[in-house]
Amino acid sequence: MSDTHILLAHGSGGTRMHALIRDLFLPAFDNPYLRQGNDQALFETPSGRIAFTTDSYVVQPVIFPGGTIGELAVHGTINDLAVGGARPLGLSVGMILEEGLEMALLEDIVRRMKAASEEAGVPVVTGDTKVVERGSCDKIFINTSGVGIVPEGVNIDGAAARHGDAVIISGSIGDHGVAVMSERRGVQFSTPVVSDTQPLHKLVRRMLGVTKDIHVMRDPTRGGVATTLNEIAGQSRVGIEIDEEALPVSDEVNGACDLLGLDPLYLANEGKLIAILPDEHAESVLDAMRATPEGAGACRIGRVVEDRPGIVRMNTGIGGTRIVNVLSGEMLPRIC
Amino acid sequence: MSLLASFRDSARAKPILERIRARRGGPVSIMEFCGGHTVAIFRSGIRSVMPERVRMLSGPGCPVCVTSNADLDRAAALAKLPGVILATYGDMLKVPGSHESLAEVKAQGYPVEVVYSTLDALKLAAAHPDREIVFFGIGFETTAPAAAAAVLQAEAKKLRNFSLCSVMKLTIPGAKALLSMGEVNVDGVIGPGHVASIIGADAWRFLPEEYGIPVAISGFEPLDLLAATDAILGMIDDGAPDLVNTYSRIVKPEGNRKAWGAVERVFELRGASWRGFGDIPASGLALREEFAAFDADRRFPLDIPPSEEHPACRCGEVLRGVAEPTDCTAFGAACTPEHPLGPCMVSSEGSCAAYYHYKRQAV
Ligand code: SF4
Repeated sequence: MSDTHILLAHGSGGTRMHALIRDLFLPAFDNPYLRQGNDQALFETPSGRIAFTTDSYVVQPVIFPGGTIGELAVHGTINDLAVGGARPLGLSVGMILEEGLEMALLEDIVRRMKAASEEAGVPVVTGDTKVVERGSCDKIFINTSGVGIVPEGVNIDGAAARHGDAVIISGSIGDHGVAVMSERRGVQFSTPVVSDTQPLHKLVRRMLGVTKDIHVMRDPTRGGVATTLNEIAGQSRVGIEIDEEALPVSDEVNGACDLLGLDPLYLANEGKLIAILPDEHAESVLDAMRATPEGAGACRIGRVVEDRPGIVRMNTGIGGTRIVNVLSGEMLPRIC
Repeated sequence: MSLLASFRDSARAKPILERIRARRGGPVSIMEFCGGHTVAIFRSGIRSVMPERVRMLSGPGCPVCVTSNADLDRAAALAKLPGVILATYGDMLKVPGSHESLAEVKAQGYPVEVVYSTLDALKLAAAHPDREIVFFGIGFETTAPAAAAAVLQAEAKKLRNFSLCSVMKLTIPGAKALLSMGEVNVDGVIGPGHVASIIGADAWRFLPEEYGIPVAISGFEPLDLLAATDAILGMIDDGAPDLVNTYSRIVKPEGNRKAWGAVERVFELRGASWRGFGDIPASGLALREEFAAFDADRRFPLDIPPSEEHPACRCGEVLRGVAEPTDCTAFGAACTPEHPLGPCMVSSEGSCAAYYHYKRQAV
């Protein structure tokens, strides 16, 4: 490809657009579904219910420590399927490119999406690209949608948390948020914090292999753990109690949060999940999680309680209690 | 274990708490003068573990909150001057002035830019040589050195399109004003760690010496605050008011002479108007004559109509420690972080916001 920057012509349906698809997108995402060359991908479906999800990625900056908008778009949609208990079948990718985007940057992002999709074993089965005038978008926006199959017997639901359930998390919190914020504010740390972006469907499969009796599962992305737990407490009409000392936060994230005035509870994660399940299964599920790279840092962080439905409380390190509220307004401008 | 984690360790909190609970004596009120402490106290649940005799009060230590509506109105008027870009901290944007917030001014199409420091405002000036960058500078002794450095840099670089609208204030005259009003009973003070790191722990000796009130300079981790509270209770119970520095890993008796030297070089004292207090003499920092070229007040003199306060908002009383946020009928109803009526609900360091986030319902 000879152009060094994206031109409006790359989205016009003419020869430049065909060259972009032929030379960049098709070789990157090559698979039998794309090779069908139709306007839609056709799959055989195993039995079970179909899960379908979509998300748009407008992260700024597009490259940050530990990843790019590309991996984020692939992992994010896989994870939205995974936390519903679904096995992802395939993804769509829609890209909106700003006129003037450097071709090298686009190639890098596409290469990383290819690697992410291959590593996860979830193909990109259909796609679309548009180019908009300079100033109409910020470099690159990516939308991904995904379909998956939820096996028989799995009924994960935000309204299903029950009094006495254990609340567990798959690893440390706040890493993605700090990686993006430090890049955005131009702050460097001696030990840089890198994004935790990673796919979670294999981890979920292991968990469901131990028991299908998992009541709720969520990935605490934008708004962080605090927001996710508040959503669950509201949907399930239960109280949730978490222990500050049990929250896995790395020293680097803690230090960066102190410096930047952030709270790890509200920072985005892109490769972590929270699960709520009957207490008697918690230890065996945690053991299975810890045997995987994605769940190596898995631990218990709290419990579901009867009193004060809809409220999330925290037992603080010094033995006090306080409310954990949802984030109101924007502590952070656009975080993911 | 890292330094930070060790200061969050519950095992280390326990003995201090036990000591605090074992102390016998009458009811006492302890005030923190720093908004950072207010947030840390609520976040760590310190109020919930104090024995009944200890009442914790928040003081006027949130720089966004004490900024008067008159100064906010002036900032809005500056943003509307042709050719001007107003730069300020993100927290200032949502604070309602007499008639509008800076966010509303920005929404009308006037340029208001959010920056993280005065030095970012300098960068903005270098990037827009054809515009006037006015930095609306709030803050206490902690932000003043950066503002002084920016002015000195602007002078060295001969930047002609940068100026500072200084509404920076000094904490000690503020504290003295509050105590002299005698409205609220203060038996002990948690001294502001960051401020003391600049002006020195010794600057707070006036509390035991002039007012007979014990003070402990504190850091911002839960254990720091517990240790400071324990030290204050000890001094109260012994009837021996003094200054204790429980944050000596950061704060020196004399402070940071170099940083404060730059502040004294660039600024001089003047009266300043504080929300809830009115004018306090010699409590504000104004640019010296020598730096008039960087003084937005001298360069853009404005006639601002008298300011108005929201009739329902009790921020002034909250800042003086006379009212608790929950005493305000608007709290959590007409006034929320999404639709704040006063600055104490906007700023992350404001008492009303801290109450709203961490204590809305009794836990
Ligand atoms: S709750 Fe709102 S209106 Fe009431 S004092 Fe606080 S900021 Fe002002």
